[in-house]
Amino acid sequence: MSAESYGSHPVVDRRVLLRGAGGFLVTLLAPGVTLYAFGAAGHASEAPASSKVRWALLIDLSKCPAGCDLCVTACRDENGWQQNGRPETDPQWIRKVKLRDGRTGEYREVPVMCQHCDKPACVDVCPTGASFKRADGIVLVDKHICIGCRFCMMACPYKARSFVHQPLTDQKPWAPRGKGTVEACTFCVHRLDSARLPACVEACAVKGGGAMTFGDLNDPTSEVSKAVAKYATSQVRADLGLEPAVRYRNL
Amino acid sequence: MRRRAAIALGLFMGVAVLAAAGMRASAESGTLAPQPPKGRGEHCVADTDFMRRNHMKMLLGHRSEAVRLGVRTQQYDLNGCVDCHAVAGADGRPVSFDSPQHFCRSCHTYAAVSIDCFECHASRPQAPGKAAAVQPGDKEVAAISQYLRDVGQ
Repeated sequence: MSAESYGSHPVVDRRVLLRGAGGFLVTLLAPGVTLYAFGAAGHASEAPASSKVRWALLIDLSKCPAGCDLCVTACRDENGWQQNGRPETDPQWIRKVKLRDGRTGEYREVPVMCQHCDKPACVDVCPTGASFKRADGIVLVDKHICIGCRFCMMACPYKARSFVHQPLTDQKPWAPRGKGTVEACTFCVHRLDSARLPACVEACAVKGGGAMTFGDLNDPTSEVSKAVAKYATSQVRADLGLEPAVRYRNL
Repeated sequence: MRRRAAIALGLFMGVAVLAAAGMRASAESGTLAPQPPKGRGEHCVADTDFMRRNHMKMLLGHRSEAVRLGVRTQQYDLNGCVDCHAVAGADGRPVSFDSPQHFCRSCHTYAAVSIDCFECHASRPQAPGKAAAVQPGDKEVAAISQYLRDVGQ
C-alpha cells in the first residue's frame, strides 16, 4: 500500500499503514472531514513524525456561527484545561476572538489557537530548547525542560500560549500539564499519532457547522490543499512572515 | 539518677520494640525493603531486577522519543506503568500519588528519592467513562452513525 491510495483523505500518513493489524473503519463525514474510528486494537504510532507531512488547519468563518464554542469546549474536555474566572492568567488553548468592523458594525468570531508557524517566534526565543517544532510542523512545548520563563508567550503574536499558575491534579493521561510550564494547542498530537483528528475539528464536524478542514499541506490531493488552492484564504498577521499553518477563509 | 535510668530503660524498650517489628517484617518478606503491590497482568515489560535498576532510564528514553519525535511505543509508556500498577484505595478507586500506597511512592519514599513525574502526568488510570475521549468507543461510533443518518435524510 502506498500513501497515494489514501490520497483523498486528509488525516493519513505512512504511520497509519504500519498499523495494518489494527483494522480501522474509515467514515467519510462531510466534505473535507474524515474520521478514523479505530477498534480496541488501535495502537499509537511507533514510527517517528515525518517531515514529508505538514499538518494544517483551514477554518471557514462563514460556517462558524457567533456564539458557538463547540471547538473550545471540545479542546477543554480533551486536554483537561479549564478557566477559573481569571481571564488574564487562565489557560486558553483555543479561544474565540471577536473582530468588529468599526464602520459597519459587522462582526465575526474567529477561533484562534496556536498557529503552528513554519518559522515560530516562540522557538526562536526559548532559552532552553523546550519550545520546538516537530518534523511534521507541530509546534510544542517539551514541559520536561520548560523552565517557565514565558519568553515564548511574549514572542507569540497570536497570544496562543498560556502559563499554568496553580498546582494541578488528575490531568488527562494523554495530555500532561503542570504548574510552572507553558502550554498551548498541540493540534491534539496524541490523537494525530493514532490517526485521529484533533478534538476541535471532530467536534465541529460532528456537532457544529463543519467549518474546520484539517490535513496535510504537502499532499496536493488532501482536502485542505485543494481548498487552499481553490479559495482565497488568509493567515492572521501574514506580514510577520511566520507562515502559520492555520488559515482562515472569509476572514 | 533514678530518672536517668528510667529514660535509658524507656529508650532501650523503644528500640527493642522497633527492632522486633522490623524483624517480624523481614521474616515475613525476607527483606526490609518495601514490598509494593503486584501489578496487573502476567509480567512487566522486563524482569523485576532490571526494572528496579533501569526503569528511570527507560522512561527517560521513551519520553524524549515520544515528545520530540512522536514515537509512541506503548511498551515503555508511563501510562502503561500507571495502568498496570494501579492500587485500589479504601473507596475502591485507584489511589493517586498523594497516597503512601501508590505503587511508585511506596518505594520512592523508602529510598528518599523524590520524583516530579506526577506534577504533570496522571498518577492513576483514567476512569473508564472518561477514557472514551481518547479511545473511540461505542459512543463515538454511535455519534458518527447518527450524523450520517441525519445527512442521509
